Amino acid sequence: MLSSAQAPRLLRSPAAATTTAAALTIKCLHTSPILTPAATSPSPSQILTTRKSLLSRQTSAVDLAKSFLQRLRRHEPQLSSFLYVSPDDVVLKQAEELDTKIKNNEEVGPLAGVLVGVKDNICTYDMPSTAGSRILENYRPPFDATAVRKLRDSGAIVVGKTNLDEFGMGSTTEGSAYQVTANPWDLSRVPGGSSGGSAAAVSARQCMVALGSDTGGSVRQPASFCGVVGLKPTYGRVSRYGLVAYASSLDVIGCFGSSVADAGILLHSISGFDNFDATSSKQEVPDYASQFVALEYLESKPLKGLRVGVIHETLENGVDSEVISSVRGAVSHLEELGCTVSEVSLPSFSLGLPAYYILASSESSSNLSRYDGVRFGNQVFGEELNSLYGDSRAEGLGSEVKMRILMGTYALSAGYYDAYYKRAQQVRTIIRNSFKDALEKNDILISPAAPSVAYKIGEKKNDPLAMYAGDIMTVNVNLAGLPALVLPCGFDGGSAGLPVGFQMIGAAFDEEKLLKIGHIFEQTLPGYSFVPPLVADEWTG
Amino acid sequence: MQEKQQTQLKASPKSESAKFEEVLKNYEAVIGIETHVQLATLTKAFCSCPYNYGAQPNTSICPVCMGLPGALPVLNSKVIECAVKVGLALNCKLSLSSKFDRKQYFYPDLPKGYQISQFDIPIAAGGYIDVDLPVEFGGGHRKFGVTRVDLNRAGVPLLEIVSEPDMRTGIEAAEYAAELQRLVRYLGVSNGNMQEGSLRCDVNISVRPHGQPEFGTKVEIKNLNSFSSMSRAIDYEILRQAQLHSEGEAHQIVQETRLWEEGAQKTVTMRKKEGLADYRYFPEPDLPGVNLSEDYISTIHDSLPELPETKRRRYENLGLNMQDVLFLANDINVAAFFDATIATGADVKLAANWIMGDIAAYLKNEKLSINDIKLTPEELGELIASIKGGTISGKIGKEIADPSEIEKIVDRVIANNPKQLEQYRGGKTRLQGYFAGQVMKESKGKANPALLNKILLEKLNSKP
Repeated sequence: MLSSAQAPRLLRSPAAATTTAAALTIKCLHTSPILTPAATSPSPSQILTTRKSLLSRQTSAVDLAKSFLQRLRRHEPQLSSFLYVSPDDVVLKQAEELDTKIKNNEEVGPLAGVLVGVKDNICTYDMPSTAGSRILENYRPPFDATAVRKLRDSGAIVVGKTNLDEFGMGSTTEGSAYQVTANPWDLSRVPGGSSGGSAAAVSARQCMVALGSDTGGSVRQPASFCGVVGLKPTYGRVSRYGLVAYASSLDVIGCFGSSVADAGILLHSISGFDNFDATSSKQEVPDYASQFVALEYLESKPLKGLRVGVIHETLENGVDSEVISSVRGAVSHLEELGCTVSEVSLPSFSLGLPAYYILASSESSSNLSRYDGVRFGNQVFGEELNSLYGDSRAEGLGSEVKMRILMGTYALSAGYYDAYYKRAQQVRTIIRNSFKDALEKNDILISPAAPSVAYKIGEKKNDPLAMYAGDIMTVNVNLAGLPALVLPCGFDGGSAGLPVGFQMIGAAFDEEKLLKIGHIFEQTLPGYSFVPPLVADEWTG
Repeated sequence: MQEKQQTQLKASPKSESAKFEEVLKNYEAVIGIETHVQLATLTKAFCSCPYNYGAQPNTSICPVCMGLPGALPVLNSKVIECAVKVGLALNCKLSLSSKFDRKQYFYPDLPKGYQISQFDIPIAAGGYIDVDLPVEFGGGHRKFGVTRVDLNRAGVPLLEIVSEPDMRTGIEAAEYAAELQRLVRYLGVSNGNMQEGSLRCDVNISVRPHGQPEFGTKVEIKNLNSFSSMSRAIDYEILRQAQLHSEGEAHQIVQETRLWEEGAQKTVTMRKKEGLADYRYFPEPDLPGVNLSEDYISTIHDSLPELPETKRRRYENLGLNMQDVLFLANDINVAAFFDATIATGADVKLAANWIMGDIAAYLKNEKLSINDIKLTPEELGELIASIKGGTISGKIGKEIADPSEIEKIVDRVIANNPKQLEQYRGGKTRLQGYFAGQVMKESKGKANPALLNKILLEKLNSKP
């Protein structure tokens, strides 16, 4: 159950909520009190609100950009979310161009004026793209990643490059070669990782939405830690072209937003088949936003008939009790929205973690071979070729990355391949099949996004196994290639008051369903605001 | 002719060949060949960069072939098409689903630190190739097994063709390779040029006493730039290994890579195998598996040209001897010219003779390919028909060889040049050349020179 002791963290100006509440009251208050709009819920979609106010000339893209840049710079010294921030004049110039278009009644893209943060392992031609590694210090790619190109084509403005664990290898963003990002909810805590910079930036409203990448949970876990929405699409939904590879068979570009609607709109703009990525899917991309139902039009049991399976193995020992109670609360909320809830057992669930670390490390050992100091990045001059390779890599790569390269090289070596890589592949098949079965019996599956809330900076830095264990909730989804949506559902009861996220897992290419459910969920979840206190007084949503 | 490497091979000097015969009485060589065929696709295997042999370094590159972070390979479908053609032409069983694998090692020209190739599931396997040995080497038909055809070391797309260890002599090996060259040229999948490296053969060779079931220690030979060097390198290596065997020094044969030195005409150690390299192969996650439909395969099958072996059998059935057959079928363009000529109804043997004789000699002198000459197969057919019909003689072909016709022209020229005739008869005999030139001009160059001069001299010297 949602803890009733949990005080709403932030009250919104009542005026905004009243209109929708009134409309809803007429329709369904008598049948279902659960549909009382969350008194404190932020506007469902910053993107849609922005679009509306831009097109109605209530605000200009320049003013919007200025306010974001101001907030970004104000909090950046404490948060260190960004590895690179685009100069003001570059951002404002793009905003001006949009304003001119709007003024001339020219068409503007669906993301016009939306300020986006892009994880620094996603290539941008006009900004450095370091993947958080020294070996790519100052590296500027000659091309935009397909997802970035699509964003720009939709009118979005890339405001900067966000911090991450080096090459996406880590769960805290402490693994960045450059800086440690703080969690906006508690500056002494990690934002999660590896897309910690993107999650913190969206949480602190330094940008409106952000791109991250998710190989084993790198979008979802930081989303949970920072109280934002994180969407990991189906493998193949979004082109990986321009995403610096960590583990190619698992990597996906994912979306961060302060609402499910924003995450969905962002996903729509970056999805689709790409000639430059042979693993991208030709499956049609639905208009996710068209599925969104505004609160005032919701029926009393809007999710009636939807089968929800709660993964038994994810609510057992090793998971913080506060997390369990928040997730159970979210499940009850879904039940009240009409879902039929049952518990599902996935006995192979615990096998995901070792299989993931073997496969991801194996692929990374190969993918990172290209960082040899010859063509790009930092080179350490050597007397002969092998020392050039060795020294460039020794100096350019961090310890976590080196450890995974070594593990992966070992797992692929002759004599060990069968025991490690091949076994892990077999486990992957078992996991994929077990999810497939469970998703034939259920529309979605539910688990926590992480076994705990955000922990202290430094707490697990020297204990990689403890850090790896934190990925238990998310890695299976990557192994199965499925989409998953993480959204905040509560707070832990402690004094820190940190957000808890839960994860909804869908069938392949069924992002539409996840987003539709998530959109209803977040509009109707009472009592919470997921704007961190750090920015609450300056954020009007 | 475009044929820069002659498939006809020169026989070894007598003494060598005698020595060789002697060795083969006691020892048997086992030879297998790995051939790399560079495919003549317009673009590289995994990006849209054009591939041109000999282009300036780094002028044809992109993020993909440079292995820049974030770039991904996308398979050029032409590469698969080429592989399927070769697989079918080699009578292989095609894998309806195969995959790519990464082969990993560090090297400066290997931007990603791995090659994309095929490890355990080649696109085609279990085929064979038919070879007709040249007549001067005793002739005969051989069938050599082909283990696998796979897509190898991409970037520039390469096809690897691995033979069974079915060959026993340098000639057999060279003929196997020559047949592969013919095949890829027939199929149009590669220019098959050995000097450019478009066709490279690495030979594995071991020697064992006759009757010994297990193979001897195998040695790999590289740097074979022509079929004849391949043949000579193998024979050299057979002799070297057999010598060591016969001296009880077989243990000196070690698993190694040897280089053929064309200058010294011998093989020398390049590198010894230091344990097995571990390439840490694993399935390439950036590329989906290659799935071929039966439809796709049968469409390609139906589009295959007549292959060298079929052509040779057909020519044989036309009544041509093996020497003619091998010559005509060696080059697909020559064969096409021949086929077009006999399609006009021309006599088969005469057509073969014309093409192999005068036309081949002309092409060789002028360094032309058969596609470059003005003579059409229709004209050759007509010519052959006229000769056969007796209108003109075969020996002189298109020349005017009819004495009465030449005589008429000579008479006309003499009549038109009374002044020069007078001078000639007055002693200026050098003017014979002038008259000959005039006659040649009148005949549009077609008059047979010998006949012309004979008739001209008679007329000039005859008393009026």
